[in-house]
Amino acid sequence: MSFEPRIVGFLCNWCSYTGADLAGTARMKYAPNVMTVRVMCSGRVDPAFVLDSFRAGADGVLVCGCHFGDCHYVEGNHKCMRRIAITKRILKGMGIQPERLRLEWVSASEGARFQEVVDSFTEEIRALGPMRLKEWAFIPEQVEAAAAAHGE
Amino acid sequence: MAKPKLAIYWAASCGGCDIAILDIEAKILEVADFFDLVFWPCAMDFKYDDVRKMQDKEITLTLFNGAIRSDENYEIAKLLREKSVVLCAFGSCASEGCIPGLANFTDKQTIMDYVYKTSPSLEPGNNVVPQTEVKVFEGTLHIPNLWNTVRTLPQVVDVDYIIPGCPPQSNQIAAVIDAVVDILKNGKPLPPKGTVLGASDKCCCDECKRKRDVKKIKKFIRPFEIVTDPEICLMEQGMVCLGPATRSGCGAKCVAAGVPCRGCYGLPSNIRDQGAKMASALASVIDSIDEAEVERILDTVADPLGTFYRFSLPASLLRRVQ
Repeated sequence: MSFEPRIVGFLCNWCSYTGADLAGTARMKYAPNVMTVRVMCSGRVDPAFVLDSFRAGADGVLVCGCHFGDCHYVEGNHKCMRRIAITKRILKGMGIQPERLRLEWVSASEGARFQEVVDSFTEEIRALGPMRLKEWAFIPEQVEAAAAAHGE
Repeated sequence: MAKPKLAIYWAASCGGCDIAILDIEAKILEVADFFDLVFWPCAMDFKYDDVRKMQDKEITLTLFNGAIRSDENYEIAKLLREKSVVLCAFGSCASEGCIPGLANFTDKQTIMDYVYKTSPSLEPGNNVVPQTEVKVFEGTLHIPNLWNTVRTLPQVVDVDYIIPGCPPQSNQIAAVIDAVVDILKNGKPLPPKGTVLGASDKCCCDECKRKRDVKKIKKFIRPFEIVTDPEICLMEQGMVCLGPATRSGCGAKCVAAGVPCRGCYGLPSNIRDQGAKMASALASVIDSIDEAEVERILDTVADPLGTFYRFSLPASLLRRVQ
């Protein structure tokens, strides 16, 4: 079976979500792999949202906000940029390719840009392959079996 | 009426929690008076078989400290769960993994290789590696198998309450013991299951008495690099202080002494990942909107992952390095 990337997209209410909406109303075709979550501001995207998306099975996370200078809350996107920089370091340290997280600025009028971002990110994640978390869940039976194998 | 029974166990831990229990000073006599201590391997001679012979739910309260990282830890965790009415994850190791949990940044094989093959304190050419099973003249001996991933107690068995801290502060332990005695003696109702005892819900900054103003940081520094100002917030002075992402309850003792919070009381309520929260807080105070400069400032944070997740890696969203 071919691999279809599952991508979680956090879009800011004021620019990027409207941009995505524009791509939709203009009937632009783009990859259906991004599941969007509307947030009030890209500055609202906590690193925990990104980690939680990966834990829940996402292969990639896309965060989109307003261009610098356009933020509805003046500097939410500045904070977002810094959060993404530090989150990429966390991902790298945790053994997850930082390329699986992408930050893009998409304004309300850039439907075509949203289309291009989603398409290229989907292809990038497709090339990286599926994400598998190691030993995340605790399965007592497996531990019991291992213990039994050791003769206990 | 027979005395209520108390058990204290250590799994993967340093023994500091046991010392912290003794740190309640004269109150320990009250504990010995009120409870029948049935199991405390750190302080008295008990055997696992003593516990195995007990009835189910015979122990009233078990304080379990230490993370779960071997078959033995897991077996005793299950055993004590069966035999106890109330099982309490005591201390940071049991509740979120703590320092032993940093092993989740590597794997079992790397640890074994370092400790038994390449560590500089070994004799050159050492090749003696512990086996889980060894035959000797008297029969076969078993050593518990070490796990690849360190787990917390609530991840492997059902836990009733959590007492955080590395170690839990003695005044908080004393307060918890008072509450337990009150419940058992006067029939007070138990707090809801899953309650965090001996700590509060807010973050460490809430207890910190330092002055806070606007934080704008161009370079992070380590505690040895400056003489700290005794009044101003340590983060404003440029140190990575885990106060914003750590539960209060300790009285902010480290911060009062000029040492940034290390995060031992674990994540506050409503937070799911201590390291991510700390990263988020840190990103807010960096004073730059230029990506290259932000990267340069982030480079000045020494060992970011080890710092953010020092006490909570096994309880974090990703659990271990992937």
